[in-house]
Amino acid sequence: MSDIYNALAGIVGENYVSYQPEELFFYARDPGLMPANSPDYVVLPKTSLEIQEIVRLANREKISIVPMGAGLALTGLVIPLKGGIVVDMKRMNKIIKVDERARYVIVEGGTSQGFLKSYLEKNYPRLRHSIPDAPPAATIASNVIIHGQGRLTQQYGFNSDMVSGLEVVLPSGEICNIGSPSISPDWFSKGAPLPDLSGLFLGWFGTTGIVTKVGLKLYPKKKIRDVEIFVTDNEDLVPDMIYEITHTEMVEDVLIFSQPLPMMFKDNHHVSFYLTGDTDEEIEFKRKIIWNALDGFIRNKDGGFMSIPPAMKPSLLEMPQTSASRLADVKKGGGFEYSGPIITVEKYPECSRKLVEMSSKYNLAYSGMVRIIDGGHCMMFGFAFTFNRADPDMMDRTRNALEEISEYVLKIGGVYWKPTVAEQKVAIERMDPNTRYLMKMIKDSLDPNGIMNPGNWEVN
Amino acid sequence: MLSLKFDEDTCKTCPTSDCLVKCQYMDFNKTEAKVEMLKIFSGEDSPVLHDCVTCYGCEEYCKRGNHPFYLITERRQEKGILTAPRAITRQWINIGEPLGKYRLGDIKKKILSFGFMPEFLKLVKGRLFEDVMPSYIFGQEFFCNVVYIHFSNTAIIKERLPVIMDNFRKLGVEEVVCMHDECYGSFTSLAPAYGIEVPFKPIHYFEYLYNRLKELSDDIRPLNVKAAYQRPCSSRLSSDKHHFVRDIMELIGVELVDRRYKDENALCCGDIFGMMSGYELKNDVQKRNIDDMVDNGAEYCFFNCPACQNAISEKVIKRGIKPLHIIDLCRMAIGEEPEMEV
Repeated sequence: MSDIYNALAGIVGENYVSYQPEELFFYARDPGLMPANSPDYVVLPKTSLEIQEIVRLANREKISIVPMGAGLALTGLVIPLKGGIVVDMKRMNKIIKVDERARYVIVEGGTSQGFLKSYLEKNYPRLRHSIPDAPPAATIASNVIIHGQGRLTQQYGFNSDMVSGLEVVLPSGEICNIGSPSISPDWFSKGAPLPDLSGLFLGWFGTTGIVTKVGLKLYPKKKIRDVEIFVTDNEDLVPDMIYEITHTEMVEDVLIFSQPLPMMFKDNHHVSFYLTGDTDEEIEFKRKIIWNALDGFIRNKDGGFMSIPPAMKPSLLEMPQTSASRLADVKKGGGFEYSGPIITVEKYPECSRKLVEMSSKYNLAYSGMVRIIDGGHCMMFGFAFTFNRADPDMMDRTRNALEEISEYVLKIGGVYWKPTVAEQKVAIERMDPNTRYLMKMIKDSLDPNGIMNPGNWEVN
Repeated sequence: MLSLKFDEDTCKTCPTSDCLVKCQYMDFNKTEAKVEMLKIFSGEDSPVLHDCVTCYGCEEYCKRGNHPFYLITERRQEKGILTAPRAITRQWINIGEPLGKYRLGDIKKKILSFGFMPEFLKLVKGRLFEDVMPSYIFGQEFFCNVVYIHFSNTAIIKERLPVIMDNFRKLGVEEVVCMHDECYGSFTSLAPAYGIEVPFKPIHYFEYLYNRLKELSDDIRPLNVKAAYQRPCSSRLSSDKHHFVRDIMELIGVELVDRRYKDENALCCGDIFGMMSGYELKNDVQKRNIDDMVDNGAEYCFFNCPACQNAISEKVIKRGIKPLHIIDLCRMAIGEEPEMEV
């Protein structure tokens, strides 16, 4: 038994640390396509103070440390590329405070999306958070660290834009409050009116510290929620349609999907948008405005509202949606991976054509999954493929398609979202050199020993 | 090449031109109506080709069996005049494409046809059907395809319907009880109009229900409720069977409310209008229709077509009316639980 194991057991108790291969096996991989790499230890702390001690230990021993939520990013962001300690945050799952009037919640760093959703439904039925379409086990902290998106992203931006304060254990071991909590008991802002330091941690994938508490903005939860789907066969018109829909400022979430199966979806692009209201009158008012905003497309026969069968509606309205998991089994092997660049909505037509081209070139089943961000400033275009995990050739073809797409999206002005390590390297190479220099200064300054999730966002 | 049998002289000598005069969505007097129909016949453009909302009503209003709506549809397709957005038309054509995923029950000489409406897989059960079930068919391979007249596309019908007939022929069935009157209309109205041979005897399910209820008459407990009937577009293709609605309601003790939008004046559920024309027409028609149900004291709204039921159930519930399929209403009358009560 190693000294490090004993030290970790001394911090968290021996029930919450392991170096057994059967446990390390699971912490060596994620559900995507990236190759596995085993950690040396996995540890499950209960408090920020325990994390502080773990970080100090890692610094002393110059051992890598990888903070982990549910490990569902699919791009290998918590695969411990250089071994070391995986810090599994799941035991830190308390909801510390809900400020109903100021509409925010403070959660511990391992709190899951599903837990917060059910907690709010039970205790604060007039409040909601921006639920991503990830499994409920996905954590709040990990989601904001990767700039995730959710059901309120069209209205309020990336889920990370909804952060209202952070507690972070720095790589050097200090516990640091970010935003209003740095000088106030109230967690209402991650930055303004102070210098916004949250950018030192959001988007850094745990390479600059471990987020141990998150303040998250909550929003009104209306009594009624409904969905409509506008369909077109002309991808070139989709940006115009999105422009009209978002101009109304009447919608909650806006998604676009295109896929060849089932047959009812073949050859078309489906703009689905969600309406919320406290009364039927409110919903109908919004519906009428949006329908009329799209009337020109209907008159020109360029698009129309599809009739949504009642059996289909519950799955469209569920949060999170489980359609991705159904897609994952199209090839009967449970494999699913996507490249989801952030890009302007104007690029929808070319992204859509590229997806079909790659599907044909590599003989893969596909789905295009788009979420509109922040009133249409940009979108996440998910180039999604499904594959059979028992078919190495199909997995290779999927990797090749994603690599080709990855190259393509940068060329047309896209920016990688939750990039793989290889994509991070490409992004860093193509970045403005001064930006790259700034990133290096930040990283070197915060984590001089390079122990935090090494391999990710490494600027050399 | 299949072509529509439409007789110009029948139209020319028509004393009423009811096909367009009675239209609830366009306004023509008798003289204008005749002129427009003859223009359409001769291949000229007409406002009818642009404004018809595809309610199928003219197929019923024409008492001379001359198929004005099929003619309008033919001409629209020839001229490339789309009724619905291209994507919606494409979606519907894709939905009906045979993929070999049909379902067959224990096929006998007499079968129930569910067409391609999955709702019937749930609805059709109990004593009303025990003399035929489980002899049934379901799937695109037996889908009548008539719905494409909504989309000014008879080409797809001409392509698919003969194949569908062959599929029935291969089953060797003699009698087909059509659970959706679009199928019945396809086999008794559209197929003959295009000279397509139907290799079995089609039976409208209203007639089947009526006869079964008479056989089960000792078990009927009158429901003693007031109900409004949501008549679907497709029943215009088999208006000779419409009387069974009243006949069945009398058997099960349901009072059909006397309302403005009934029988020939029935309003469409509006679903197709939304896809084709947008918000205003759909919501205007649905509002007038449901107001009329409410104003005349309907406790139930019963449906013939599951698509109509899907389209307006939620709205009628919000007005305090219970939506049910006619099959469920009949099952309630013989003491069974409705399958799809909302």
